[in-house]
Amino acid sequence: MQYETAAQLRRAYADGQTTAAAQTEAYLAQIAKYDKVYHCYNVINEQAAEQAVEFDKNGDKGGALAGVPVAIKDNLATEQMTTTCSSKILEGFVAPYDATVVQKLRAAGAIILGKTNMDEFAMGSTTETSYTGATKNPWDTAHVPGGSSGGSAAAVAAGEAPLSLGSDTGGSIRQPCAYCGLTGIKPTYGAVSRYGLLAYGSSLDQIGPIAHDVRDCATLLQVIAGYDEKDSTSIKDVNFDFTVALQDSDLRGKKIGLPLNYLGEGLDAEIKAAILAACQQFAVLGAEICEFEMPMIEYAVPAYYIIACAEASSNLSRYDGIKYGYHPESFRDLEDLYLTARSEGFGLEVKRRIMLGTFALSSGYYDAYYQKALKVRALIKQEFDRAFAQYDAILSPVAPTTAPALNSSLSDPLAMYLSDIYTVSVNLVGIPAVALPCGMAANGLPIGMQLLGRNFAEENLVKLANAYQTSTDWHNKRPQLKEAE
Amino acid sequence: MEIDRKMVEYVAELSKLRLSEPEKDLMQQDLTKVLQYMDILNSLPTEGVEPLTHVSGVENVFRADVARPSYDREKILQNAIATESGCFKVPQTVE
Repeated sequence: MQYETAAQLRRAYADGQTTAAAQTEAYLAQIAKYDKVYHCYNVINEQAAEQAVEFDKNGDKGGALAGVPVAIKDNLATEQMTTTCSSKILEGFVAPYDATVVQKLRAAGAIILGKTNMDEFAMGSTTETSYTGATKNPWDTAHVPGGSSGGSAAAVAAGEAPLSLGSDTGGSIRQPCAYCGLTGIKPTYGAVSRYGLLAYGSSLDQIGPIAHDVRDCATLLQVIAGYDEKDSTSIKDVNFDFTVALQDSDLRGKKIGLPLNYLGEGLDAEIKAAILAACQQFAVLGAEICEFEMPMIEYAVPAYYIIACAEASSNLSRYDGIKYGYHPESFRDLEDLYLTARSEGFGLEVKRRIMLGTFALSSGYYDAYYQKALKVRALIKQEFDRAFAQYDAILSPVAPTTAPALNSSLSDPLAMYLSDIYTVSVNLVGIPAVALPCGMAANGLPIGMQLLGRNFAEENLVKLANAYQTSTDWHNKRPQLKEAE
Repeated sequence: MEIDRKMVEYVAELSKLRLSEPEKDLMQQDLTKVLQYMDILNSLPTEGVEPLTHVSGVENVFRADVARPSYDREKILQNAIATESGCFKVPQTVE
């Protein structure tokens, strides 16, 4: 694509080199050309071209995303397009309202391109549990793009959108960014309104940006963040301003903690080497790298899956075959309607997590599993609090490997859950994290790292990531795209 | 924790899911494997630790009791299985 980032688009519009209509057409053409191969989108906004023409005529050109096309994950409610969470049970569902983040995108002048593919109800790490079919990794179509925001990440990597929105419950923005060579932010819990985000794990979910670089992520985050009375967990007085963070790349005085036990057994040697090289780069920029240990990581995956599945089992009880989407054609009575709709409408991984969560909340097991997991969550938070008393950020891998091959993950759910080891703690304790590319593996797939910060330290994380990207080139690498045969 | 067939059927009932026999086999096997792994949590002493349900320290949110328009009825009902007189129509719930 001629203009790959929101920053480039804004500059080209300001200089009168192109128009929102022309660029929206260019992205729609890119989608028409490549989406047969990658399947990033579940649905395209039929009105996008028209909305861009209208924007050029009468739109407010001062918005932060004025005339910038954006893709959004298919778990964000939209009034003019279906919202399916890539599930059969929401086939054909059209929400009666736009999610708050969608309203904010429109108010900032963005043109919505369409809704992106995802793991069904965001449950998965590969985008293979989608009812609409798997998304392919633009770097190598034999590999997954990661998940659950795999469509949002692959769309940006394949030039089918300059930036996108994903959601992150246990790594679902950061891990696909790492697998696709992109930058993404999981904001502090409560920084972005969840109103209109179809819930998976309500105490863990956050919406966040995916883009080529942290500058675009910051622009998009600044647009979507802020208090919303329609989300009772959103935090008052959130008002990010990344202007200064994006100008100053002097990291002298910054302390970055490196948990050495994160680099032990189970982590690919190439990823370890890339993380250590990133440490050297941060040191060159003036930061001090401090090695330490975070042993609680061993308990993060079990605690996370108990809590996430418990919350999911409750959240997904609303899908009853009556109010939304898929309705069975025949049923005997109310009970049979519930059972038929849910059994035919949910895929296997969603059923597995509903079962696991229902078990963890059931009488007799509640204390041993759910309560126990919440106590472990408290201990994990204490460990992070201690770390942030000493360090400005923590540097960590995002995933233990590069993107797995297609069809290699779903047969062993436990192994798939374990691959989330580096990402889930962030959601359990609510802190922000930025994932960004930091290397390429010998197999030609990107390697990512993440920077974790204390609550509402987004500006500091953006500063660190931007300083890194100003002095390195990993975020400028692009895959060789494939056309359909 | 070992999950037996009866437990799979009980949890499926609570979850309002009808599982085929092969699905029951798979669930029994997968849930047992995952829960056995989760038993690692028991090796961590948590006596006296307060459970952390929510990370943002949320408080109850109040607002003035002022009537406001809600969503358009047509739009809410556009996704319904069946409607009658502007309401969701469902199978009989009470004998």
